[in-house]
Formats: sequence, structure tokens, C-alpha cells
Amino acid sequence: MAQKLPHKDVVIIGLGWTGSIMAYELTGAGLDVVAIERGAWRDTATDFPPATSPDELRYQIRLDLFQRTAQSTVTMRNNASQTALPVRQWGSFIPGNGVGGAGVHWNGMTFRFLESDYQLRTHLTQRYGKHAIPDNMTIQDYPVTYTELEPYFDKFEKLLGICGTAGNLNGVIQPGGNPFEGPRRSEYPNPPDRQPLGSTMFAKAATEIGYHSFPMPSANMSRSYTNTLGVTLGQCSFCGFCERFGCGNYAKSSPQTCVLPALMPRKNFEARTLCNVTRINLDSTGKKATGVTYVDEHMVEYEQTADLVLVCSFSFNAVHMLLISGIGTPYDPVSGTGVVGRNYAYQTDSGVTVKLPNVLLNPFISGGAVGMAVDDFNGDNFDHGGLGFFGGSVMQATQTGGRPITQIASFKDDPKWGSGWKRAMRENYQTVYSLGAQGSVFSYKDAYLDLDPTYKDPYGSPLLRMTFDWHDNELKMSAYITEKLAGIATAMGGTKIEQLPRLAPYTVVPYQSTHNTGGAVMGDDPSTSVVNKYLQSWDVPNVFVFGAAVFPQNAGYNPTGTVGALTYFAADAIKNQYLKNPGPLVAI
Amino acid sequence: MKTPGTTAGAYAARLRMLLILAIAIAGGVPALAQATGNQSDIAAGKYLAAAGDCAACHTAPGGAPFAGGVVINTPFGKLLGSNITPDQATGIGNWSDDQFVAAVKYGVGHHGARLYPGMPYIYFNKVPAADLIKIHIYLESLPPVSNRIVSNQLPFPYNIRLLMRGWNLLFFPNGGDYQPDPSQSAMWNRGAYLVQGLGHCAACHTSKNFLGGDHTGQEFQGAVIDNANAPALVNEPNNGLGIWSVDDVAAYLKTGHNRYAGAAGPMADVITYSTSQLTLADDTAIATYLKSLPASGNPAPTPIAANDPAMLDGGHIYADECAACHNNAGTGEALLFPALKGSAVVQAADPVTMLNLILHGGQDVGTQSAAAAAMPAFGAELNNQQIADVATYIRNSWGNAGSAIPDDITR
Repeated sequence: MAQKLPHKDVVIIGLGWTGSIMAYELTGAGLDVVAIERGAWRDTATDFPPATSPDELRYQIRLDLFQRTAQSTVTMRNNASQTALPVRQWGSFIPGNGVGGAGVHWNGMTFRFLESDYQLRTHLTQRYGKHAIPDNMTIQDYPVTYTELEPYFDKFEKLLGICGTAGNLNGVIQPGGNPFEGPRRSEYPNPPDRQPLGSTMFAKAATEIGYHSFPMPSANMSRSYTNTLGVTLGQCSFCGFCERFGCGNYAKSSPQTCVLPALMPRKNFEARTLCNVTRINLDSTGKKATGVTYVDEHMVEYEQTADLVLVCSFSFNAVHMLLISGIGTPYDPVSGTGVVGRNYAYQTDSGVTVKLPNVLLNPFISGGAVGMAVDDFNGDNFDHGGLGFFGGSVMQATQTGGRPITQIASFKDDPKWGSGWKRAMRENYQTVYSLGAQGSVFSYKDAYLDLDPTYKDPYGSPLLRMTFDWHDNELKMSAYITEKLAGIATAMGGTKIEQLPRLAPYTVVPYQSTHNTGGAVMGDDPSTSVVNKYLQSWDVPNVFVFGAAVFPQNAGYNPTGTVGALTYFAADAIKNQYLKNPGPLVAI
Repeated sequence: MKTPGTTAGAYAARLRMLLILAIAIAGGVPALAQATGNQSDIAAGKYLAAAGDCAACHTAPGGAPFAGGVVINTPFGKLLGSNITPDQATGIGNWSDDQFVAAVKYGVGHHGARLYPGMPYIYFNKVPAADLIKIHIYLESLPPVSNRIVSNQLPFPYNIRLLMRGWNLLFFPNGGDYQPDPSQSAMWNRGAYLVQGLGHCAACHTSKNFLGGDHTGQEFQGAVIDNANAPALVNEPNNGLGIWSVDDVAAYLKTGHNRYAGAAGPMADVITYSTSQLTLADDTAIATYLKSLPASGNPAPTPIAANDPAMLDGGHIYADECAACHNNAGTGEALLFPALKGSAVVQAADPVTMLNLILHGGQDVGTQSAAAAAMPAFGAELNNQQIADVATYIRNSWGNAGSAIPDDITR
């Protein structure tokens, strides 16, 4: 029998970016808030100080900061005819864990999607005709426009201190920025990071071809910055240990460096760590959440009642929570009805490996989001007529580090062992560069999440089952983008170029991206969405879902910027509308 | 909670009563029934209690406010901060104003027993009785908390309170209320009053003789207290407030941070409970007075040569372990990473705080206007020789000067 705890106004599941921002916003509104976090408490000086954080074996290989598959994992299959098997060792994606969540160990690339990305179905239909979108493609418009989100992007970027160069200030295209981006009300809060050799060569070559290069919007501080909550971040030291690592010198935006120092002193906030929420409880009507049940590290069960439940965990953990709690109708791929688990999407990563003569790349001088990008082949920035696919990728030169175990680029025909391998690695370290492209993944009838019929987690709930494979649209897009990327590699003076387009089938190894999206998508229509434009559950209006699970499909960018803007957008609606009159914020 | 709010007349009556009773300070005057204070007295008392940092010794970590139990380590043994909530049995609920003033201003306890100077009455002596009564009124307005504290945990013979009569003759000037210096500005005088009186800064920042009295002639020249440096507050290039401006000092007191430093250790508590609660005008007044303190006149040490083996080794360790945050010029990052260049903590004659920070790390104070960062611990990573070398390097680089650190570091 679960031990009942004193009532709270708000319970937050997961204390990462969205959980910490919502906790800050709602404690600021005077509410009594508890965040329940599955992983451990983490702070910079204790858990990842500069002296120990650059440990590639511990963090990159042994994944010290990540969710353990023994805590929970997913099962995976490519299509409904297969039997899904549990992912027992992370590969293709690695969910975060602990206070700060993935915000601790991300690289820090903080984009806004293109204006047309938020109106995708309408835009493509208008430009290419109403029969252009294939039947099995279930893409849909966001229920919010870029213009509606713009103030909230601005707020999020100023919280994080994003470094970059504006490409469109209030509708006026700016030199040096991304000319394709939507209008922004203000310049980035910090200037762009200084560029190492590789990305400088990439930008120069891209410009010579006629593309528009711009600095990656980066959460690696180009200078010391005091953010909107009064928290100060330090300047990035270019140590090259961002992704999968905590930042030791307060130079990468994270809940730890941006929110928690301002949040934790608040007396109306409490964080409970090493506590795993096992379900959201509903009252007898099934229309109202009464709180959550969770289990602490000693497997003692508690019930935490609350007026408001915010699901702030990683995307597929959020979908899992809704499914095991019976919130919303599960998606049925056969009939095409139901919504929870529908429109799971991902990221199409493509790459080109290039050997550059007479260079010393010094890849150890780097930051996770330090680099240059080109957006000429992203979204619908180029004419897709006759190409046979939609979508695109941001093409980028971001050398996130020169870490010895995993970050020496190599070609397929390089020796794999012995003295030949050693010679190649020595040679490649300073001369071989990896260009990347992060591409969109559209949503499809047969790409979805549901509960596994066989495998259970340690708390007795079925694991989440992922049914996903690459579709022709994404494979064609990847091949096209890879070709364009190779063109830039040639212009860089590459003497050996290897193209690495994405190939089917999808597999959970090797690592590709942790930009898993969808499954609890937002929309204007309850028959095709789980939450409304304010991220509020259609079925249980005192439950809100945050994070990339609400994306109707994924764009050719990192998701964190949009996640942050949607969070602030919803926070405003909750504070200014919901709290005054709890109930559905959008009438059906 | 007691019912607040009577009239200003009641307060005036209390004050008159006190004046009569002050004459009989050492005698067994019976406790009087207490009137309750009005809201403005309570608010004024709360502010004065913050200026006096009463919470530092009377509010235990995680404990009820002013319910006592804070351990105060002295060279003579342990004292516990008493319960000063208005609880009748275990607090000061049955104390009269005059008894309160007698204790705080004169070190004479409830039943005539002498207090130990862990209670800084030798400084509070300068605070007018009217201000102390307001503090009493504020404390009376708090919820009573039952928490029995035996303050005197000292070993024999120091546990004999009678000895304090002799100590007072030696070290308690009992000069009474602070007397303004007419040659100085009102702000300077306000600062001097706060520093010398309620602020009791000298309790930590003036070194003590073998009997625990202030070293005369060494006021505010710094001390080592409870295994931490209370840096000098005098003004000379290599010591004390040195390169800090009045605004730097005021910002540090108000927010725990300025462009050079962040507060950690005992001073972090002072900032949390006291100086951050004061108006910026009062913190600026304190800064104005402190910045007027003359240099100690002690000769500055000569820096150790850059090619000394310890300096060379320490420089390599610094580049590996320290420069990512404190940077190669030792200037740190304003509001985040303290500057090591010009730091009084770094250049202290006996740099216990610096060595403790390297060994064990430290948490910066967080205030409403500036959030906290932290220094990681290097005790597990660096051996004694390495710590000694890097400390020697830091103490003698960028214009710093300090003696070489021997490798017999206490862990």
C-alpha cells in the first residue's frame, strides 16, 4: 500500500530542462511544487568537475550519466510483422538520467525550426498540391505558428545565453546569419563562438559554392554571461567534452548552470531524487489526475497527490507514462484511430568523411556546438519539385571533440587493426574531418509507439515498444543531402571523400541521435493529437506533457530550441489562464 | 504567536522603565511583565537582528529560527548558541528588556551569571539600549520553540563562569554606546557603528590573544578562526581589502559576490543571514568605513622566483587543474570564479582557507541577486606535494606574494 504524502499544488515528473523551467515558473507563481526525478542529484563541482569530467571511458563508453537499461528500456522492431526485442545496451539513442536530464550532457545546438516547419502539411500542400503528400505520411501542422512562439524562443535563448549571429532581425536579413530563419526580435544574447580550422574551411567552401554559412547557435558560452534568472555562466574553454559529459566550468547551458541555482533556494520547491514515478493516478471519472505513485530507491511506494501533473520526462518515457496510466486512447495502426504513440519520429543523420591535405585540424580544440552550418537544403528552403522527397537537413561542420577512443575519423578501407590501423589513426587525427547533416524525419502510419506484450520494467509495467523503419522519403533525402555535403567537401580541397548516407533498415546500433520525437503529439484536433497547443492533455486537462514527444514530426534540426519555446508558451498559458480557471484551455 | 501591536506609548514606557533599571544592572531585579511590540518595532528589531547576525549562532542548520544549538568552536572548547525564542522554559520568554540588554550589552546573564564572550557583548556594548530592545521585541514576536540548550560545553577550568569577571576586567572596555566621530561623514559613522557594534566584525577579523581577548593594535588585521581565514579588512596591496573599491565591498556584502570574489565558508553564512538582508546603503556604509582603515604597516613578503622548482611544478598543475576556471592570468570570472590574483585569502600568512578549498572544495553563497557556483575538491586527485606546489605557485604569481607552502598538509 502506497504511503500517502501531503498534498502539493504541482507534481513534476522529471527534473531536466522542461521540469526545471516549469518548476521555476510555477514556484514563481506561488505554487507549491515537487519534482520527482528517477536519477540522482547532480551538481557541477561534485559530479563533473573539470579534473574528472573529461573521462571518455567513463562517460562516452560506459555512459555514466545516462539512463540504465535496467531502470527501463524500450523494445524495438522495424515493422509489425516482427517480434520486438528489448534494447539491452544503448546504441542508436541514449536517454538521459538524473537531475538536469539530457540538458547535462548535450552538445548545446539550439536551433529554431523554420517557419514552414510549424505549418508543414499546409505549406507542402499549398506549394506542391494536395496530392503531393503520400497517403501513409501522417505529417500535420503544429497548432502554433512560429510567430506565436517567437517571444518564447527569445526567452529560452536568453535563459541559456545562446551564442550566434542573427540571420533575420524583424524581417531584415542580416549578414553572417542564417537567411532562412524566421524573423527574430533580437540578436542572440551572446556573440558566436570562435571557429576552429575545420569549420572555417567548411564555411569558406560553402560560401564559394554560393551557399549561406552561419555559426551554429550554441550553448557553449563565447563569453561569461549572466542570464535572465541572475545566474552566471563561464566562458567555454574549448575542452571538447560536451556530448555525454557534464561541463566542469559552468560554460555549457544546462539546468545546473541556468535554472537550478535560482530554483533550489525557493522554499516552495522540493526535488525528490532516485524516485521513479510508476503511474499518474486518475479519479473515478478518468478525466482528472489526482497525482502520481512513485517508488523510491528502496522500492518503498508513495502516493503524491497534486492538482496539476506535468510530464517532463524524455520523449518516449513521457509516452510510456501516458500509456501505462491510461491517459488518452492508444494509437491503433490498423484502424488508424487513437493517438497515444502515434507519429513517432526521429532524426536522419547523414555524413561525409573528408581527407584534407596539409592541415593540422587540432580537433581537441572544440566545443559541442561550436561549428558552422548551412541551411540551403533544409526544410523547404529548396524546391522539392521532381525530387521525390520532402524535408531536408542542416548541414554542419561541428567537430565536437578530439577524444581518443571514439573521435578519430576513418574511412571504410582504413586498416582495422595492427600497425596499419595505428598509422591510419595517427595520420587521420589531424587531417580527416567528418561533416554531418541532421535531417528531418516525417511521421507515418506505421511508425509508432505502444506497450510491449512480453517485456516488463522492474516495476511490473510493460516496456514501451518502438516500431520504426526508414521510409523512402528519408532515404532519398539523405542521399540527396549527402551528395550536396560531398560537394562542399570537394570545395574544401578534400583528396579523399566518403559519403555516408543513411541506409535501411533502421537498427538500434550504432549511435545516431537521441532526438526521438512524437508519440504524444500536439494539435488542434483530438482525433490526431494527444495534447492541445498548450501541451494540455485533451483527455485529462490537469495533465500537461512537455518535450519532443509533442512534435507532430521532426524537422532537420536539434529539437531543444523548440522544446524550450513550447515550454515557455505553455507556462504562460498555465499561469495566466489555467490557474485562474482550471479546465480545458481549448474547447473541443 | 503573541498578539502584536499596542502603541508607541507602550514602547516609550518600556524605554523609560529600562533607563531606571539600567542603573541596577548587576542586581537581582525581578523580571517584569512584557508588553508586546508594535509592527514597526518588530520590523526594526528584525533588521537590527540581521545586522547583528544573531542567526549565525542562534539558528542551527535546519533548525527552527533562533532556537539555538549552533556549535561555536573556540580555542577553549565548545559553546552552543542558546535558544533565544520566547519559550518560557528553554528560551528567553521570561526575560525582561533590562535582562535582555544586560546580557547582550554587558554580558550579564539571566541570573547574574557571566556570559562567555562567544556572545560578542564586548562589541554589542556599543549598541544603544533602545536598539537592543527592538531586537528583543522582534524575538518576542517569534513562535516559542522548546529546545533546551546547555550553552556551556567548555572543559574545566573554562567552564567556571566566575572567571569571566576577571576576563572582563582585562578585555571588556565597557565603553558604552558608539560615539560618532564628528570629523567623519554620517555614512562613515553609520558604517563604523555597524562594524564595531552589531556587526561584531572584529570577533573573527581581529586576532585573539592566548586568553581569547582581542589583540590590541591589530584590529581587523585578519585571523585564523575555527580553521578558516578571516581575512584582514585593512587596506594594503597584498593584504586585506586591498584592491577592492567601496562598491566592491558593498556588492560582496549585499550579494555574496563581486568582480573578484565569492563568499564561502563562515562568511557565506554572514552574508546569507546578515549583510544580504541589509539595505545597500548600510552595506555601502560598512564598506566606506572598512575602506578607511589604515594599512597594517607590516612589510609585504617578497614573491618566490618563477624558476623555483615548486613554482615550475605548480605552474603545470595550475594549467591542468585550475586554469579552466580561474584562467591563465589568475583573474577568474566576475561573479563566478574568484580571482586568485590579488586575493587576500590566497596571500594570507597562514592560508588555511585556500588549502581547505583545494582539498575539500567549497560552495559559494547563493543570494537572491546572485546564484552560487562551487569549487570542486582536489584532495583525492592531488597529493600533498602537488597541493603544496600549486598553492605556492598561486601565492606567488601575477603579482601575488606569499611564503612557500610546505608539503605537511593536514588533510
